Amino acid sequence: MPPLLAASAVTKSYGGVRALRHVDFELHSGEIHALVGENGAGKSTLIRIFAGAAQADSGEVRFQGQPVTLRDPLTAKALGIAVIYQQPALFGELTVAENIGLALESGGLWRRIDWKQRRRVVRELLSQLESTIDPERRAATLSMPEQQTVEIAKSLGAQARVLILDEPTASLSEREVTALFGVLRQLRRRGVGMIYVSHRLEELPEIADRVTVLRDGETVETRPMTEVDRATLIRMMVGRDIEAVFPKREVPLGKIVLETRGLTCPAAGVNNVSITVRAGEIVGLSGLVGAGRTELAEVLFGLHRPSAGSILLRGNVVSVTSPAGAVRLGIAYVPEDRRRHGLVMPMSVAENVALAQLATVPGLRTLDFRSETSNAQDYTARFAIKTSSVATPVQTLSGGNQQKVCLARWLTAAPSVLILDEPTQGVDIGAKAEIHRLMSDLAAGGMAILMISSELPEILGMSDRIYVMRSGAVAGQLRRSEATQERLLALALGEEGAAA
Amino acid sequence: MRREASVGIAWAALLVVLAFAAPGFFSAGNLRDLLLANVSTLLAASGMTLVILAGEIDISIGSMFAVLAVVAGITARAGAPMPLAALTAAGAGALLGAANGGLVAGLRIPSIVVTLATMILGRNALNWATGGAWIENLPANFQWFGLGQTAGEIFILTLAAVLVVALAWVLKNIAAARAVYATGAAAESARLAGIPVRRVVFWVFVSMGAMTGLAAVLDAVRFREVQSNAGVGLELKAIAAVVVGGASITGGRGTLLGTGLGVGLLASIGPALTFLHISPSWEKAIQGAIILASIVIDFARGAEAKKNG
Repeated sequence: MPPLLAASAVTKSYGGVRALRHVDFELHSGEIHALVGENGAGKSTLIRIFAGAAQADSGEVRFQGQPVTLRDPLTAKALGIAVIYQQPALFGELTVAENIGLALESGGLWRRIDWKQRRRVVRELLSQLESTIDPERRAATLSMPEQQTVEIAKSLGAQARVLILDEPTASLSEREVTALFGVLRQLRRRGVGMIYVSHRLEELPEIADRVTVLRDGETVETRPMTEVDRATLIRMMVGRDIEAVFPKREVPLGKIVLETRGLTCPAAGVNNVSITVRAGEIVGLSGLVGAGRTELAEVLFGLHRPSAGSILLRGNVVSVTSPAGAVRLGIAYVPEDRRRHGLVMPMSVAENVALAQLATVPGLRTLDFRSETSNAQDYTARFAIKTSSVATPVQTLSGGNQQKVCLARWLTAAPSVLILDEPTQGVDIGAKAEIHRLMSDLAAGGMAILMISSELPEILGMSDRIYVMRSGAVAGQLRRSEATQERLLALALGEEGAAA
Repeated sequence: MRREASVGIAWAALLVVLAFAAPGFFSAGNLRDLLLANVSTLLAASGMTLVILAGEIDISIGSMFAVLAVVAGITARAGAPMPLAALTAAGAGALLGAANGGLVAGLRIPSIVVTLATMILGRNALNWATGGAWIENLPANFQWFGLGQTAGEIFILTLAAVLVVALAWVLKNIAAARAVYATGAAAESARLAGIPVRRVVFWVFVSMGAMTGLAAVLDAVRFREVQSNAGVGLELKAIAAVVVGGASITGGRGTLLGTGLGVGLLASIGPALTFLHISPSWEKAIQGAIILASIVIDFARGAEAKKNG
């Protein structure tokens, strides 16, 4: 019998960046197939291709042995492929019954709704899942596991043949996980094939039949779950050499510039974080996506108020209540999404470089266009920013050059603490090396740098010291000399007995 | 080509046509009437430029205008010298603007809703307070600032010109104005660059209020009494001029030069029709077409820029 769903030699690039390279994957009916890999290994891209949300550049997707073109999510849905994303996408203002009904009922927009029938169907689906959710509750009032249950009920009702679950247990308690696994086993008995994406390696032996490891967009191996243990999996996930050469220089470290003591902010999901960053030090902040790294940076930059704990600058407790306040204190933050959060796209290179200065000096002063221009020209030369002139709008620049403009802006404001969130994401190799060299220069100049990165080689190559975060807290700390990809990943995944 | 240039060319073309077809349009009397009648629109549109640059909108200025004209009238009637009456109106305008700005920036309520409410509130509060009556028995120094008609007219036009030129200079050269542009273009990026965007939004509404106060005074002194129902539709005229002048309705792009040209173009349509012996009922239709055209051009260009970017 041919596999239920299969991909062979699937390749996909996003704007020059290879996300998947000749990936092979097979899912049988009645199988729970785990899909694991580091951040950026290509799991999400593969899921998106199966879901019809992205199209492969080359390669083939087969459903029950037949090649299929998953043009859009509707096509995938019609074949019986259902995806449950980490963040369920329910209509918050509609009730549970309405959410499920909308997904299942056919007949077009002008059909008459049979409310009695709808309620009966919904109640039956929920009871199959042994759920006690009231079908009349508004979806916005549901907890995360309840929302997932509703999503599963939807796919159950749609007679899904393939169910793709993206980190379904990330926000569930132990008891809820047990309940979810019960549901999944029930679906397995009915012959549903499931792709199970999870970072919780410890739960895989309990639920998965086979496991496929992706690394850097390629299939490493598919093995029966009983044959691999946790250590083997981790080795398969990271097994690569650090190819890039990182221009990290050894710099004598100065006094502690930034320190947090028990910093806690439930709204941002940051829990009891104590870290230090010294002058001249590059501190890496590692962890899985969603571990609270960006959120910690946002608390440090005044975007969220901490509920407990304190932030200290050069030993003095400071209160950071807004980004403007943070900038005045000398804290700079280069956000991950520079298009949306970093730069003012229609403004020129020179104006963007001068932007942070606006916050540090009184507003009612005349602008000095000449110094603005010459300062921007200095930076474009120093950082090798490729732009026709400093009067060019930044939206016409490439990603790497935009990132350098962002850096130039903060250096103009002369901060003492620089927080970089994924500084080289989506940046080409050349610009990446230049950004790394810049970071080294800045640290040598005495700046305290906190760098968030999902790229393990970058973390290992650039950091003097590394904090690994997990579930909003610091899971462990590693010195440059003792850090390896395996240890970082083990801490990030929450392995027992890891160095703390 | 810059947007200001296309508006300027459109206006110039209209004026050239008039120069040949209806030279009467350029008589001193007509030009003077045209300018004086549009001083209030020009000042309101200047303030509106700031608001729109910041990515906000203020539709309460029409009723605010009526309230502030009455404030100026009452202050003058109470014996205050005219400069004080004018400053009182501007100050009261700043306070009303602060109310709008406080609600928008402080509680993060969309400005269209806030100013819709204050528009209705202002107009009806004024109706209740004055009973619809005009402010009469104004002192002699009220009309034309007591300067007599000719000198008064020159004074009004000069003052308006100075105000607009000064604001144009501020928009280009003062750091705070750059913060306004950044806020309107990308509020989140601006905030993360350390710009206090909520304060920017607040002060933009305050400025709008003060400008409305000055507009109300310079308009009211043309008459012997203060009407309590002035300024109906002023907000729409101002917004239209700003949009026609090339500002992006979503914020971040625009100049006062463009706004000035927009006011000029839109204000010339009505008199031009009269002089060309075309039914004046076409005025609104033509203005509407101009507004629509500039918005369509804007969005078409935006799509173009995105494609090439």
